Amino acid sequence: MANNEEILAGLAEIVNEETGLAPESVQMDKSFTDDLDIDSISMMTIVVNAEEKFGVRIPDEEVKNLKTVGDAVTFIAGAQA
Amino acid sequence: MPRKVVITGLGATTPIGGDVPTMWANALKGVSGAHTIEADWVQKYELPVTFAAQVSTPSSDVLSRVEAKRMDPSTQFAVVASREAWRDSGIEEVDPDRLAVAFATGIGGVWTLLDAWDTLRDKGPRRVLPMTVPMLMPNGPAAAVSLDIGARAGAHTPVSACASGTEALHQGLELIRSGKADVVMCGGAEAAIHPMPMAAFASMQALSRRNDDPEHASRPYDLNRDGFVMGEGAGALVLEAEEHALARGARIYGELAGTSVTADAYHITAPDPGGLGATRALKAALFDARALPSDVVHVNAHATSTPVGDKPEYIALKEAFGSHVDNVAVSATKSQTGHLLGASGAVEAVMTVLAVYDRSAPMTINLENQDPEIPLDVVTSERKLHGGDIVALSNSFGFGGHNAVVVIRNV
Repeated sequence: MANNEEILAGLAEIVNEETGLAPESVQMDKSFTDDLDIDSISMMTIVVNAEEKFGVRIPDEEVKNLKTVGDAVTFIAGAQA
Repeated sequence: MPRKVVITGLGATTPIGGDVPTMWANALKGVSGAHTIEADWVQKYELPVTFAAQVSTPSSDVLSRVEAKRMDPSTQFAVVASREAWRDSGIEEVDPDRLAVAFATGIGGVWTLLDAWDTLRDKGPRRVLPMTVPMLMPNGPAAAVSLDIGARAGAHTPVSACASGTEALHQGLELIRSGKADVVMCGGAEAAIHPMPMAAFASMQALSRRNDDPEHASRPYDLNRDGFVMGEGAGALVLEAEEHALARGARIYGELAGTSVTADAYHITAPDPGGLGATRALKAALFDARALPSDVVHVNAHATSTPVGDKPEYIALKEAFGSHVDNVAVSATKSQTGHLLGASGAVEAVMTVLAVYDRSAPMTINLENQDPEIPLDVVTSERKLHGGDIVALSNSFGFGGHNAVVVIRNV
């Protein structure tokens, strides 16, 4: 079970791998689309990689609700609980 | 008279050089790009052919990791070659609505397609990457190049097997002549050195089996030729309306004076033994260029090194040129690069343009005992191209009976 800080660090790593963005730019309050400029195809890749890394399932219909990095961290933490 | 079209930029990534200067220096010297494949899949699948001509420089030398991740290797090669050609052209500003792309491939994103199939079977549908479709589509290279240079006058993908790269130049010429574009990035890309195509080409007895001596396996016109060598890479050429190039004071390599495309309608894979389709293509290209057979000093032949393919091309050259065929310096550069399939025509066009520009024909290696039924004047040592105004041709023929020819003239 990972805490929020560990989930954030793990997500930052996944985002960096997919987009080349510096891991430190991936902060809780950042919007995936508006701040990080992540398109829907990259988002789906990030989601699938996050599922594998954190051992959770993020349903397709849930992805549109993950507007910020914080949304994703909260969802993953909840799904792990 | 149609608009005159000139070539102002060249790019390439090939088994004998990751850029044009390296490739060309090697092509004049005569080196082999064929080597034993180091990848573990050769042993794993017990492939009957264990060597190929792989690109000499990885795309990661030019592309960032993130860029490369979203591209099939064929698209990576296309972008690498077209960036070099674009830089080489020196174009700083062009109306995006007057800039087009004609970038060919023979097979498309076969690595992506088959990797995704493996992923589906091993890990399930959820793990199939969302970028799979744009990466495997055959128009992927043309689309990526259009994005990269901001070309908005259309991005085309001619697909005619091993004639594709040459057909891209045909399309580019038409786009400029018809007034639909002023500048066209043309080329071809291929990345099919994957176990499945290797197995399939071997299965149809098209590939050389000289596993113990890869460097000497590609031997067009040699009596002991036993098939082609799989190659990979890309070639790119910037075509430009002459008045557009002159207005910006561009360096002009030569004129794309004419092109032609014909079809054999004879057999799905075998070349017409009488070379009729190829002959018609040669004559039509010369006519299109308003050139006479006697103007031609050099031909970069299709010559893949297969027992059945090399001779019909000779018959066609003889038919089209008459006795002048004896005065033509013929280069079979697949002896060095292997066969880049849908990219071969583009890479060979780059070499043909440079042959005219530098007045030097590239080498044919591995010709030890020339097939007496193909008595061409094959370039096997340093060869200068003499004469005032000269014309050179590059031929490409593809499975499906596709024949394509381009004519390059000095300026």
